[in-house]
Amino acid sequence: MRWAAIKIARAGITMWLVVTFVFFVLRISGDPTYMLLPDDIDEATRDFYRRLWGLDKPLMTQYWSYLKALSQGDFGISFRNNLDAFDLVMERVPKTLLLTTTALAISLAIGIPLGILAALYRDSWLDRGVMAVAVFGFSMPNFFLGILLILFFSLNLRILPSSGSGTWAHLIMPAATLGISFAAQFARYTRSSMIDVLSKPYMRTARSKGAGLARRVNLHALPNASVPIVTILGFKIGELIGGAVITETVFAWPGIGRLLTNAVDTRDLAVVQCIMILLALTMVTANAITDLIYGWIDPRVRVGAGASQK
Amino acid sequence: MSLVATDLARSFAYGRKGLFRRQATFFAVDGVSLTIEAGKTHGIVGESGCGKSTLAKLLLGLIALDRGMVALNGEQISDVSEARWRALRQRVQLVYQDAAGALDPRLPVRAQVEEPLAIHGLPLADAEEALEAVGLSGRLADRYPHEMSGGQLQRVVIARALALKPDVLVLDEPVSALDVSIQAQIVNLLLDLQRDRGLTYLFVSHDLSVVHHISDRISVMYLGQIVEEASRDALFSNPLHPYTKALMAAVPDPDPRKPRTAAPKVGDPPNPAFPPSGCRYHPRCPMAEDRCRTTPPELRDMGGRRVACHLAEVA
Amino acid sequence: MSATGLITGRRWAPVRVMAQTPIGVVLAAGFMVVMFFVMIFAKVIQPYEFDYIDLLARMAPPIPLEGSTWAHPVGTDTLGRDLMSRLLVGTQTSMLLALLGTCLGAVLGVALGFLAAHKGRLWDEVIMGLVDFQAAMPWFIVALAILAFLGNSMLIFIAIMALYGWETYARITRGLVLSAREQGYALAVRGLGARARWVYLRHILPNIAGPLLVQLTVNFPSTILFETSLSFLGLGIRPPMTSLGQMLGEGRDYLINAWWLAVVPGLTIFLITLCMSILGDWLRSKLDPSLEA
Repeated sequence: MRWAAIKIARAGITMWLVVTFVFFVLRISGDPTYMLLPDDIDEATRDFYRRLWGLDKPLMTQYWSYLKALSQGDFGISFRNNLDAFDLVMERVPKTLLLTTTALAISLAIGIPLGILAALYRDSWLDRGVMAVAVFGFSMPNFFLGILLILFFSLNLRILPSSGSGTWAHLIMPAATLGISFAAQFARYTRSSMIDVLSKPYMRTARSKGAGLARRVNLHALPNASVPIVTILGFKIGELIGGAVITETVFAWPGIGRLLTNAVDTRDLAVVQCIMILLALTMVTANAITDLIYGWIDPRVRVGAGASQK
Repeated sequence: MSLVATDLARSFAYGRKGLFRRQATFFAVDGVSLTIEAGKTHGIVGESGCGKSTLAKLLLGLIALDRGMVALNGEQISDVSEARWRALRQRVQLVYQDAAGALDPRLPVRAQVEEPLAIHGLPLADAEEALEAVGLSGRLADRYPHEMSGGQLQRVVIARALALKPDVLVLDEPVSALDVSIQAQIVNLLLDLQRDRGLTYLFVSHDLSVVHHISDRISVMYLGQIVEEASRDALFSNPLHPYTKALMAAVPDPDPRKPRTAAPKVGDPPNPAFPPSGCRYHPRCPMAEDRCRTTPPELRDMGGRRVACHLAEVA
Repeated sequence: MSATGLITGRRWAPVRVMAQTPIGVVLAAGFMVVMFFVMIFAKVIQPYEFDYIDLLARMAPPIPLEGSTWAHPVGTDTLGRDLMSRLLVGTQTSMLLALLGTCLGAVLGVALGFLAAHKGRLWDEVIMGLVDFQAAMPWFIVALAILAFLGNSMLIFIAIMALYGWETYARITRGLVLSAREQGYALAVRGLGARARWVYLRHILPNIAGPLLVQLTVNFPSTILFETSLSFLGLGIRPPMTSLGQMLGEGRDYLINAWWLAVVPGLTIFLITLCMSILGDWLRSKLDPSLEA
């Protein structure tokens, strides 16, 4: 329990640091109403926000009001179309979620089996082949891969749409683009993790007991090999979202990434701020979940922190 | 140039600290006093884990004292400022058991022998000369540690320790990692150096025969305390403490004509974290009485020697 | 034994080393030598000024294609600028920024790693907390936010590049220092009366340089991807300057008529990251098998 409490406290502190950092960056760059609200907005609305954020009050009071506004989902108004920033972002969330989860599923479905095969047939031509492909996939910038896919499937074969998000056909290329580099990474991690586990004495024991290959892999090797993979998965979520920004731009996929790119380009700070804070929240939650799963699949984590020795 | 240690003590934490549990500690060195005369060699013997290496580090100030003080020529050298401590390294130096580990694997021997002078901003002396002084050919100066033998490495370590022209050398098991034939060479080198330079040695070892060969006085340590201290000849001809007797009985006699006596079975030393009550040696002592189990014996002065045993009588 | 011979031998025979090295690694090293040459001499060897506009020679394709000319072997872009020259200068920019970013990040990370290991307690907690934070937040997106809040200037861009990846160096350095510090030689030199700084700089840093150098090589490809990604989005290097990512971002708009505008710089980025990855993997397995991922 103490272990879970520490994790949650850490997550809370991280969130607080992010929000505080954003608050002070916004304050040192001038009157936030000019940063977070459109230029052409009328003075009455500006004054309303000045009062809402308490800009006439001392800094600490302002900070407190800021925290309160954020907790109510009030991140300011988009510079470009006078819409509430939070609504604007939330509207895009499902698209990005669809893209990233599909990409993640693709990468796991390709990477983990290939990694297991490479580890089982270590140093064979299969292993070498998989690892060579992995280095290629890892080195391929996803913006370039996306462009190659468009050139081939959209412009040459004309079988897939190059941009937009209407149908399942629209999803194929962006998800593949985003998924492939992660598949390469997962294949590498799975392989090294499996090789590590396969060399353990309990694997020899299982073999000497006469357990078949499938049983040894499924029952003994995979659960142990999955521990480091889950840890890495937690870290990769951030990279996945980072990759989504580029992939969405290449394929004109109307998700958060594209919104962010445009907002950064036009310095639409209310939107940027909103995305950043929601992203931090996602990352902190993802890490906490990873830790919980980690504790669930690796009982030593729970025992080590919960019970004290002697 | 006498080195005087008064009531040195140092504890270490062990085990895990709990939320509501104080961290457990034990004393590796617990109230050790000794005096080393200038130009002489003082041997410290005891089983592994008795605190003799900790004592060596305490004398050098490499680890902090919990209690007590160390004085060199009447001047306090423990609990001093960082700058003063560094300056004191010119007067007291340490020679390690693991010579190969004590040298940077990446640097040639020359750089390592010159290094103490560089550290203290002194003019660099000739490294080849320094190596020749410890019986190595000067041509070895450009070798790397992994290109040398264990005996050669220990000579390099000694040369490095001598570079600052110290008065006192603390030798922490300097020969126990070496082959027996090499041990003799290094011990003889140390004796020659002492004679030529008037060095004062504190010689820590678990090996009674080596200590016998080099020491003028000897202290026997048991569980962080000195149980007996005497001149070499007095200790070897007439050991008073039962532990000293047991240690000596365990040394194999090189004379094949003497009848072999079975060493008394003494069992393993107790866990230093939980020292026995009364005399710490009583669970292993064949002569233990009731008072040994309850009252810790003092280190008594017995005519030029000291012993911590209720049963010891002046011979 | 060949690995130790390579490291410890005072004279090494390049020919013998070459013979023992896989052909892929030799090719990768060769390509990177060319790239570093371009990084230094791009402005000298460019056939035209990279931003010289020649509207009469617009959209020339590269050599094997129909309509190509020897005057522009890699073709020209929509403004008739020579693609070869742009490629050279773009490579120079991307390589320089990646090198600068990697090195600055390494210096920062190594310094903080030493600080955490040396000071311990609160310093250690705070620095390792920052490391965890940096590792958890996708730096690419944080970089976008910083560019939005503070605006884009070369200085900010370089600072963002330097802050990318420092945490791996900090973590590795801290671990290495903590274990190296307990080595006999470090304690022995301390016992000679050396200051902590002396031990760190003269003994520990040279002894841990191997794994750090490997990390530098491993980090380089991701740093170059980081720069090219930002520039591709039009948020990093911008005209009139050019980088491989910026060229690719520009070329993306002409996929139908002039696909080479995107493919040529894209292929260059791919080859650089591929070759550096191959070199990094090889170095890692040679110098420090325990680190192999």
